[in-house]
Amino acid sequence: MADKNVMIDVDHVTIRFNLSSQKVDNLKEYLVKLMKHELMFQEFLAVQDVSFQVRRGEAWGLIGVNGSGKSTLLKAISGIMKPYKGTVTVSGSVAPLIELGAGFDPECTARENIYLNGCVLGHSEKFMQEHFDEIVAFAEIEQFLDSPLKNFSSGMKARLGFSVATMVKPDILIVDEILSVGDYKFKQKCMKRMNELLSGGTTLLFVSHNIEEVRQLCDHALWIDKGIDRMQGEVNAVCDAYMEEMNQS
Amino acid sequence: MNKSQSKLSQYLREFWKYRDLLRLLVTKNIKLKYRRSFLGYVWSILNPLLIMIVMTIVFSTMFSRNIENFPVYLFCGQLLFNFMSNTTHQAIFSVSGNAALLKKTYLPKYIFTLANVTSGLVDLVFSLGALVIVLIATRARVTWYVLLFPFVLAQLYVFCIGLGLFLAQANVFFKDTQFIYNAVTTAWMYLTPIFYPLEALPEKLIWCIKHFNPMYFYIGQFRDLVYYGRMPGHLIILAGCGAALAMLLLGVWSFLRTKDRFILYI
Repeated sequence: MADKNVMIDVDHVTIRFNLSSQKVDNLKEYLVKLMKHELMFQEFLAVQDVSFQVRRGEAWGLIGVNGSGKSTLLKAISGIMKPYKGTVTVSGSVAPLIELGAGFDPECTARENIYLNGCVLGHSEKFMQEHFDEIVAFAEIEQFLDSPLKNFSSGMKARLGFSVATMVKPDILIVDEILSVGDYKFKQKCMKRMNELLSGGTTLLFVSHNIEEVRQLCDHALWIDKGIDRMQGEVNAVCDAYMEEMNQS
Repeated sequence: MNKSQSKLSQYLREFWKYRDLLRLLVTKNIKLKYRRSFLGYVWSILNPLLIMIVMTIVFSTMFSRNIENFPVYLFCGQLLFNFMSNTTHQAIFSVSGNAALLKKTYLPKYIFTLANVTSGLVDLVFSLGALVIVLIATRARVTWYVLLFPFVLAQLYVFCIGLGLFLAQANVFFKDTQFIYNAVTTAWMYLTPIFYPLEALPEKLIWCIKHFNPMYFYIGQFRDLVYYGRMPGHLIILAGCGAALAMLLLGVWSFLRTKDRFILYI
């Protein structure tokens, strides 16, 4: 790549979703549809021809109304979905916080879950051992380490998930509307932590419906509307345009 | 050639990166299975032992005249068949059951299938303790050939991984797989000489089982080593290894072909 500082290169990406309103998921139906040549996927393009480049240390906010394709785009960047057209090139380790604690097993204790979640994010067990105390301290769950996670409140789970994902200093941190659960104090703590990571050279992709948070944390923004790139650039300019349109309608 | 080589090395590197996850998943599966039960891991030994005792009481009256030391004969077949049946029945859900996680983080999708079959193998090794108890209790004659048993388990393990991968990917697209497979394993169990001697069947059926039932290859070899105390024949070893490799190839091929579309269906 020409520019070494480009961490994420999204190049004319289109992502296809299978809405399959007539969902075919058994063999008989499949055969009948195959015979009748009706075996079609109802295609839905969640993201259409979006391109942007994120350089090292930048913080991008993704804004747009619900269902506009923000999360889908994040999934393509974190490698969960393959783009239908176009390419996504990512250099460096990605910590996707698309849903806090997605890798948690409710039957396991918090201690076991910290290791499990860390390994889900692609770290080694040894690495997790080294950072274990840090994670526990940040999540403030020392007392509950050996209780099964099913007895935790959603706020506690969110705290634990956030601690595991951010304690490991990823190159790229992807945050998708997750701070809505924690209490005010923890939110402040998370914002502080993300700012620390940013100044340490981590690249951030941030999805939030709280425009103030986006302005506070990000320096660039991308506005997606129904899967189409409406505007991208400096954060305040994009947010102003977005708010203006939101207030009009 | 070069491209496929670099792709293979990419897969291997990815597998290496997630090896700790695989180990944690396996320990988690085993720990959770017996957590909060009073006897804990002892159940791994006690459970097959109890089932064996029940089956011995039921079947020894029917077949014992042809089979000496029926408990050991039965146990060899039962342990291996239950391993295959349990792990593949769990593996069916290893992709669709972990949908929540696979939708939200990037993971090699085969890792859960692999973890299922591997934790089943660990459980099987525990259960071998029960086999030892039965061997001692029945004063069976044991030869050094017994020590070759890991070779048979390795073939069966590879076979189950292949079958598990195939079933897991099929169940993402057709939920009927799980129900069809239920019937398949029931038929398969009756067509495998677990609690009856193979010679009790009609000749045509014997020929079919000897040639097409992979479980016969593994149980046959295992019985040769443990029950008869002799080296298995070349042909059955070859057939066992061949079936394992063929199933692995089928499983991996079908999994790789469909894995990028999982996300659209789970």
